Amino acid sequence: MSLLSIRNLNLSIHGTPILAGVSLEIARGQIIAVTGESGSGKSMTAFSVMGLLPKGAETTGEILLGNGTKAATGRRRHPGRDSPAGQSAKTDILQMSETQLCDLRGNEIGMVFQEPMTALNPVQTIGAQVAETIRLHRDSSKAEAREQAAQTLARVGLPESRFPLSRYPHELSGGQRQRVVIAMAIACGPRLLIADEPTTALDVTTQAQILDLLKELTEEDQMGLLMITHDLAVVANMARHIVVMRKGQVVEQNDTRTLLSQMQHPYTKALFEASSHQVDLPETRAETPLLQVQDVCRDYRLPRKTLFGRPGHFRAVDDVSFDIAKGERVGLVGESGCGKSTLTRAILGLENVEAGRITLDGAPVFSGGRPNLNVRRKMQVVFQDPFGSFNPRHRVDRLITEPFHLLERQPSAQEWQARIAESLMAVGLSPDDARKYPHQFSGGQRQRIAIARALIIRPELVIFDEAVSALDVSVRAQILDLIADLCRQYALTYLFISHDLSVVRSVTDRVLVMQAGRIVEQGDTEAVFTNPNHTYTRSLIKAAPVLPAMVSS
Amino acid sequence: MLRYTLKRLISLIISLAVTSLVIFFVIEIAPGDPASLMLGVNAQPDTLAALRAELGLDVPKWQRYLNWVGGMLVGDFGTSYQYRTPVAEMIGNRLWVSLPLALYALALSTLIAFPAGIFAAARRGGPGDVAIMSATQLGVAIPNFWFAMMLVLIFAINLRWFSAGGFAGWDNGFFAAMKSLTLPAIALAMPQAAILARVMRSALLDVLSEDYMRTARAKGLSARRALWRHGLRNAMIPVLTILGLQFSFLLAGGIIIEQVFFLPGLGRLIFQSISARDLIVVESVTMLLVFAVIVVNFAVDLAYAAVDPRLRQRS
Amino acid sequence: MSRNLILGALLSSLVVLAALVSFFWTPYDHTAINVPAKLQSPNGTNWLGTDQIGRDIFSMIMVGARTSIAVAFVAVGIGIGFGIPLGLWAAANKGGWTDEIIMRGNDLIFAFPSLVIAILITAIFGAGAVNAIIAIGIFNIPVFARVTRGGALSLWEREFILAARVAGKGRARISIEHILPNIANLLIVQVTIQFSLGILAEAALSYVGLGAQPPTPSWGRMLADAQTLVSIAPHMALVPGCAIIITVLGLNLMGDGLRDWLDPRLRLART
Repeated sequence: MSLLSIRNLNLSIHGTPILAGVSLEIARGQIIAVTGESGSGKSMTAFSVMGLLPKGAETTGEILLGNGTKAATGRRRHPGRDSPAGQSAKTDILQMSETQLCDLRGNEIGMVFQEPMTALNPVQTIGAQVAETIRLHRDSSKAEAREQAAQTLARVGLPESRFPLSRYPHELSGGQRQRVVIAMAIACGPRLLIADEPTTALDVTTQAQILDLLKELTEEDQMGLLMITHDLAVVANMARHIVVMRKGQVVEQNDTRTLLSQMQHPYTKALFEASSHQVDLPETRAETPLLQVQDVCRDYRLPRKTLFGRPGHFRAVDDVSFDIAKGERVGLVGESGCGKSTLTRAILGLENVEAGRITLDGAPVFSGGRPNLNVRRKMQVVFQDPFGSFNPRHRVDRLITEPFHLLERQPSAQEWQARIAESLMAVGLSPDDARKYPHQFSGGQRQRIAIARALIIRPELVIFDEAVSALDVSVRAQILDLIADLCRQYALTYLFISHDLSVVRSVTDRVLVMQAGRIVEQGDTEAVFTNPNHTYTRSLIKAAPVLPAMVSS
Repeated sequence: MLRYTLKRLISLIISLAVTSLVIFFVIEIAPGDPASLMLGVNAQPDTLAALRAELGLDVPKWQRYLNWVGGMLVGDFGTSYQYRTPVAEMIGNRLWVSLPLALYALALSTLIAFPAGIFAAARRGGPGDVAIMSATQLGVAIPNFWFAMMLVLIFAINLRWFSAGGFAGWDNGFFAAMKSLTLPAIALAMPQAAILARVMRSALLDVLSEDYMRTARAKGLSARRALWRHGLRNAMIPVLTILGLQFSFLLAGGIIIEQVFFLPGLGRLIFQSISARDLIVVESVTMLLVFAVIVVNFAVDLAYAAVDPRLRQRS
Repeated sequence: MSRNLILGALLSSLVVLAALVSFFWTPYDHTAINVPAKLQSPNGTNWLGTDQIGRDIFSMIMVGARTSIAVAFVAVGIGIGFGIPLGLWAAANKGGWTDEIIMRGNDLIFAFPSLVIAILITAIFGAGAVNAIIAIGIFNIPVFARVTRGGALSLWEREFILAARVAGKGRARISIEHILPNIANLLIVQVTIQFSLGILAEAALSYVGLGAQPPTPSWGRMLADAQTLVSIAPHMALVPGCAIIITVLGLNLMGDGLRDWLDPRLRLART
């Protein structure tokens, strides 16, 4: 018997249709994954189940929460009041009053969110926040609730001995905060747990731990888990049943194994193809060294510990050395906080380094207390955020010609126009796009504009700083193809920085693995991935979810 | 927490030192010698010199500054050029009008603004919200001294509920004194309450869009309880800032309101002293006002730390 | 465009119009004394009545608008002229000692309520419109510096600024080319707010006799004149009071409306 069944759910917000005819079922102890790209309506499906829809939402259809044999739930908080799920065998969430929904949320259904850094109230202790869920739905005393909160936190891997209940959220890491959010969601022993992109904001090793925890809890408590994620590799490894959504509709759903082996819908196929996309990188000969990084250290000052004491230092980049030869495509992988960004800024000559030397074509990137613009001319960068990397008030032509500022001789008006047209065409846009504003483009197109901006002065080295991390899988595949294409046209040399191992694997010849400011391993990309030497590299590769082989065949 | 307090305390002391310097030297460049002003144009040079010595004007500037500051530290604010009485004594009497007035107004403003702001935020877009926001829009636009005149016209002249001005004095009992401060306090509080209610509302609305409010709803808290339990304390951080600033406005605004109601407070003292060029009094009263503002902001900083654990730990 | 914006713009332009017209025409000479016709209530001859020495209040209000606007305008100008560059500089050199000095200086000015500054200045240089302008203007500097710095700081974190730095542009150039246009919205809204506060401050200073001196008419002093006569000639207090309220209300509504209209996030939500 199913625990949750969504039947023909339609949702519109202020008249705009969001979901159309969504149906799915979850049984106890089962993990169901809803997947799709941004705008597919997967999160809205989750919020419909929670009854937490924005103002102006109108729904039709049914969301039935089954009356499983929920044992040991304790007394209800309001004895005598109609309990939402206890009355009939199945209750339609869409028909419930707000009071009934409040009794349901946190009690029968728990929810875990994407952004652990902001999901917790910053001014309350973690113990108080977990205990609140319990006090809300159980008639327990403060002490009982506290005790139970401590037990729940211990269950999610935060034992009181090491993580006292008096901790505040800002004293915990992202993964630990996500554990607190999970503890809040499961504290009352809900029948259904909804996880909305629970690991998207986390590093790959933390992601693996959180996914294991969710699996374990689902198993132990025999909950239903509705998992919302865009990451197909996560889906394939975890869920028993997959629901693929696109533009508010379910395009295909099936048992995971069946779906992976025999996809019906072309969109599903395209989605899975894009996720395991391999680009066709042209051969290259790497001989002449271009960028040389020698024994570089970069420190940041920490706030003083005592009032008059000397400020401490944090070594963000620690004795890093590597070379990039002309024509070489090098990857840099590592988790957040490992020093990737600091290293990038140092290479670009935006900041000076405490020790070591960074040279491009033999000339230092930073000299005499200021960035060396003669060197900068040969370097450009593509950033992660397709929305934040353009001045919203400038048109595309002005945006992509900004690097001309670095040239000693400004191009003539004619040449200027020609270069704009050429770069736009090189990245698959039209010269007519030059007069548009960035907000008129989609995320993927903006990333193309960012690449056009980087290439317009024909740099010798391009740095891709998480350049495809914010994109949907199908768009990401297109941008990666574009990069490979540009390699063929311009013989690019680049440093590709990413936390995504599969992407790095597909677009680089050589890879550097960074951990806590140090390069712990470097070598030929294929060699490092198939036969990692360092334990950290091994743990990274092990933690990264991969699509089962049957898919790519 | 101790570190945070100490750090704030040091910055408080630096602020006080710098403001005292600024005030002293700004007043110093004022044209006109107090001694010759007091004795008139026909004064004999030797009487002038004697008076200058008596007022302590015959020593170098920096020496006078140190004397002034040193004196203030032990409660000696100098001697009024005009009345030849200790400034501290004059200020002391007046402070018992100005300070209760400011506090009374602050209390009124908070009591009106908090519920109004919370109510408006909770019913965002509803008729209650629109009504409160329109009222505050008007409240911000009304000059408080004009509002004071209207209050006098209505409640003192027409209805005769209150007297039109003057101060009953604390000797005549607490309630009589408070009654004579009531209209001034309302006039003073009204625009501040309007501002505070708007700040409270927008701070709450900002907080309402935070992720942790959604988490609170997902726990099963109703929208209203989520607002009370999780929203309010987080919204207090910007509200406290404004509350601190308001105190300085209330002290300064009091100067003007005292004129409308003929209250014998610091404001009247300062105006009398300006017209009499009794600069030592102007200097000391200004310093006192600024001192009060700086101390209140110090208290606000401490209140931040009480509200926000992130501040307690770091910095 | 919201109702607030339209209503606010209408009210504000009404006041500006009155000030402009007063240069060419007023019903009567605003300084003409006519003692027999003193303390007249509003009527056909004197539309808004006369004051205690028989001057036409309507004419005085029109000319007084000039004073209010001029004082607020120059005071806001001082705030913009000093505050915005200081704020941009502080943000561009965040955490440096210049940033520290600028922000501490700001805090210091904030510790002096504007009226206290005005009192200090008048204590030294005497009362007058110019000193009132300086007093209000000084207080505007930290306001604009703060708003500018706050807006600029969040922009400095954005990737498009990093892109401009990678393109070799210096801090000053980035501040002018990228930061300033993107915080213009913020500043325009702040200008309307400070303008309305300037009008209020000018009225308060004139009321206590520290503002514009006779014969220059000002709303604040008209209120001071009205105070002792409020029971027999309430129109003398009502008229200038309403003039102030209309001006300030108009500016505030315009500021609110502009903020909503210029904020792209809110605009998105509306469409």
